[in-house]
Amino acid sequence: MSRQIWTRRQLLVRGSAAFGGLLLGGCDRLSRSPSFQRVLNSAEHLTYRAQRLIVGQSLAHEFKEADLSPIFRSNGTANPNSELYNRLRAGDFVEWSLKVRGLIQRPLDLSLAELRAMPSRTQITRHDCVEGWSAIGKWTGVPLAAVLNMAQLLPDARFIVLYCADELERNDGGYYESIDLVDAFHPQTLLAYALNGRMLPVANGAPLRLRVERQLGYKQAKYLMRIEAVARLDGIGQGRGGYWEDRGYEWYAGV
Amino acid sequence: MQKPEIIRRHSLATRVLHWINALSVFLVLMSGLQIFNADPHLYWGQFGASPDRPLLSIGAHGFPHWATLPSWQGLASGRRWHFFFAWLLVFNSLTYLLISISSGHVRRDLLPTRAEIAPSHLWRDIRDHLRLRFPRGDAAKRYNVLQKLAYVGVIFVLAPLILATGLTMSPGFDAACPWLVALFGGRQSARTIHFAVAMLVALFIAVHLIMVVLAGPWNEVRSMITGRYAVPTSRAQ
Repeated sequence: MSRQIWTRRQLLVRGSAAFGGLLLGGCDRLSRSPSFQRVLNSAEHLTYRAQRLIVGQSLAHEFKEADLSPIFRSNGTANPNSELYNRLRAGDFVEWSLKVRGLIQRPLDLSLAELRAMPSRTQITRHDCVEGWSAIGKWTGVPLAAVLNMAQLLPDARFIVLYCADELERNDGGYYESIDLVDAFHPQTLLAYALNGRMLPVANGAPLRLRVERQLGYKQAKYLMRIEAVARLDGIGQGRGGYWEDRGYEWYAGV
Repeated sequence: MQKPEIIRRHSLATRVLHWINALSVFLVLMSGLQIFNADPHLYWGQFGASPDRPLLSIGAHGFPHWATLPSWQGLASGRRWHFFFAWLLVFNSLTYLLISISSGHVRRDLLPTRAEIAPSHLWRDIRDHLRLRFPRGDAAKRYNVLQKLAYVGVIFVLAPLILATGLTMSPGFDAACPWLVALFGGRQSARTIHFAVAMLVALFIAVHLIMVVLAGPWNEVRSMITGRYAVPTSRAQ
């Protein structure tokens, strides 16, 4: 009798160990399977729909000066260090301009001086990295909505794509990001040229970066060169709407 | 030898939801460790990053690879697993609560009675557990008070807390519910609490599995699959 119980117990323990091993090995195999990835990715759509419904147009919390991080950490590229970028930087970005193109009535080339002459917004917000850390910084810039209203979007436009000067890996077109029009016209979405009251440092994206509060750090594209209004994202880069999105990260980075 | 009495211990809903839950909890815990490893430091307050002083750091690289999902360093993949099964857990838990509250399962089987939470009763139950003396006969047909407190604690304290702190880490959700961030004292505090609660859930699972093995794994696991449970005969017989 006791012998039989022991056998059952052994069966159970060994069985669960084998099951656990299979499960974990299986999970790794599933992580590599494109069709299973599509199943997992369906959660992003649910999150996006749920958050658009709940969050709507609400504003990200704005902090006080006393809440600022002592040092605002930079991440990713700290300096694009390309021939073009180094030349622009050496000339204090006087030669730089933001090109606005795509599905718009009026293509624009806005110099830093022209952007700084436009009505600005200053906000102290929390920057959340996908890695888990947060930093609080004070941003000053032009609301993206103001630039888009100047350029006048065509009715087909659905997304704003932002092209950057940094190439994290050579020969792949460099860093880019995209946001939908809800975020593009959100009052806190800025083309920021200053951090904590000073010109944007190179490590944080000089001369101009995106601030799209309510989303994670990798959406906050640095070193902006050109923005483009488009109807779809699938012809750009590897088609997922951004540098990190092409490498498996969510396009909707509100979580 | 007397044939043990067989009772129907778990309803079909409890059994199905239990196994969906069991699988999902393992997957969110392991993918959660993967996400944690991307920055294996915990902070307190509104902000916290490498220039700031952490509350706690887990080594230089965090948890070992065998404990993470996927087993290689893959934050993007870990997040995909985590959020998919987090959604599944939310739906699963809501279904469980709806069924268990309306059927009276919570009130009848899970909430401890006044007599059970009397210190003398609690103390006796703790002593019995430490001596590995488990209830037999009629007493084995119900959950004992420590069991009830553990289940109620996980269902009504840890689960809501881990969901709320998880949502607090979402910059999108924070814009809609700033009071939630204020409640936990900041996003980084919420992240630290989320981690601590996850560790408590892991502790619960470890104790739960040990108890299953000690109480008779065959009978216990069978009762959660088929619903049929052989009541341990009382020592007096």
